[in-house]
Amino acid sequence: MLYFIEQSLNGVQLGMLLFLLAAGLTLIFGIMDLVNLAHGSLYMLGAYFAATFAEATDSFVLGAILALAATFVSGVVLEIIAIRPLYGRNHLDHVLGTFGILIFFNDLVRLIWGPAGMTLSLPSEMLNAVQVIPGVYYPVYRLVIIGVTLAVALLLYVTVMRTRLGMLIRAGASNREMVGALGINIKLLYTLVFGLGAALAGFAGLMQAPILTVQIGMGENILILAFVVIIIGGVGSIRGAFVAAILVGLIDTIGRAFVPDMLRSVLSSDGASTLGPALSSMLIYMLMAGILVFRPEGLFPAANR
Amino acid sequence: MSAWLTPRSVITVGVLAILALLPLYASLSGDQFAMTLFTRIIIMAIAAVSLDLIMGYGGMVSFGHAAYLGIGAYAVGILWKEGAASGFVQWPVAIGAAALFALAVGALSLRTRGVYFIMITLAFAQMIYYAALGMDRYGGDDGMTIRQRSQFGSLIDLDNRTLFYYLCFALLLASIYLVSRLVNSRFGQVIQGARSNERRMRAIGFPVFRYRLVCFTIAGAMCGLAGALLANHTNFVSPAMMFWTRSGDLMVFVVLGGLGTPFGPLIGTATFLLLEEALSRVTEYSGLFLGPGLLLVALYLRGGIDGLIGGARRG
Repeated sequence: MLYFIEQSLNGVQLGMLLFLLAAGLTLIFGIMDLVNLAHGSLYMLGAYFAATFAEATDSFVLGAILALAATFVSGVVLEIIAIRPLYGRNHLDHVLGTFGILIFFNDLVRLIWGPAGMTLSLPSEMLNAVQVIPGVYYPVYRLVIIGVTLAVALLLYVTVMRTRLGMLIRAGASNREMVGALGINIKLLYTLVFGLGAALAGFAGLMQAPILTVQIGMGENILILAFVVIIIGGVGSIRGAFVAAILVGLIDTIGRAFVPDMLRSVLSSDGASTLGPALSSMLIYMLMAGILVFRPEGLFPAANR
Repeated sequence: MSAWLTPRSVITVGVLAILALLPLYASLSGDQFAMTLFTRIIIMAIAAVSLDLIMGYGGMVSFGHAAYLGIGAYAVGILWKEGAASGFVQWPVAIGAAALFALAVGALSLRTRGVYFIMITLAFAQMIYYAALGMDRYGGDDGMTIRQRSQFGSLIDLDNRTLFYYLCFALLLASIYLVSRLVNSRFGQVIQGARSNERRMRAIGFPVFRYRLVCFTIAGAMCGLAGALLANHTNFVSPAMMFWTRSGDLMVFVVLGGLGTPFGPLIGTATFLLLEEALSRVTEYSGLFLGPGLLLVALYLRGGIDGLIGGARRG
């Protein structure tokens, strides 16, 4: 039971991370109608920036803030140079173009930071485990991730639903010509939204950096998970992304922890150890397939699509 | 000038002539690497031709095509490991397994449109990638070396590199022929009609979903064959060959050569793989050039190389 609680917390933490990525992807898709495969590259950039700045400033928090700003700027520059001409083109062009950007970033990072990968060490007080409920100890840093991401999610919600910028974002999603006709600088809005998405992805990357190694291609696996989240949640819906991210995080983590044992009680131990890892990593895709059968548009389809 | 002497036909014939004569060059110069590289190009071109059938002619932007390549290759690898080295067993199983998976993926994903379709095919391919990653018996993450090529008795010896090359070449020509016959048949006209205007095709009374599903399955089967060839070529299978970026590579081959053209996938595959090889000799960071190149192709070269060489005549 205690193990289950610990794994659930891990699942929520993964879900939070997926939400950060999926929210940016779904915003960019919902507003600019752009399929962005380079989103994982921004996640990777965030992690590399954080590792570099934290080393230079000797402070994790300062490094993280600088990295966040740097990813935002990278996103804005990327949007102006490479993404802007892709708006209004078909999805195949988006896939190819952003795939090219992904290949470019992988080699650019290798050129700048070398092929070896980096590590980002945490301040010592983050390394401790605290007792969350009697008998369950959990690393402080993972709790920090959950807390901070929840705050970001709330901030994002308030921004999109309660501010003028958010109003423009929502208006841009439902009728971009009209927003442009009303005198709003739609190009600037797009650049800002892309930068925001980039910052969210970079934030996910820098939060994850101390747990995993910072390496080239680190964004490529998690990008697909973020896609699964978007498909389950409904493309273009931030609320859907939030619910689906936690669902996917929980099922993936708990599945990996418990499916092999559950199989062992049904099958021979030999069969279970062969099938277990394969089956548990396929779980979320089966969930996705199941949801698609009943709700092809996802759990929370965005109203206007 | 006679009507067939267009830049396009001259280049196509030239490419085919080079491919046909390559083993001769390789044996004269002793350049075994060229043989390896070109065998790979031909095998990947078969996969690209199959992708072109659904993506170019059918308008189904499948982002998971490397999965069928992997399934075909793993079918050969797993059967070898379990003691069935005969190609008469391995290859039909490779084709059948890929077709079956394509049928399942198609049945689910063809219910959706546009960006959903792209992401769903991508996600299912990634599922197979993880499944292969988890199969410890067959090498897991590290992959598995296949110590014996498919056995065809006295019919053909795949260990003979020249024979294997020509077998792949013949299969490539056969798949190009098959696809061009298919798309010009009534079946293919329905598929192409559904790409241009799905609603109208449905209104005329064609069950578009079923036509597309059949087309999707045929493409999966063809790619499964390419996978079986690839496993025999490299004597190795690993999950990495179906990672989603490999699917992206296949899409690049097709678009670079020219979507919905018979020889475009071959020309695109050859161009990209040769360019990649040439760049990797000059610089360690070939992606710095290939990446922006892809973006430019997506932005400005919509017809691919085929559009470039054929454009002058079409006006």
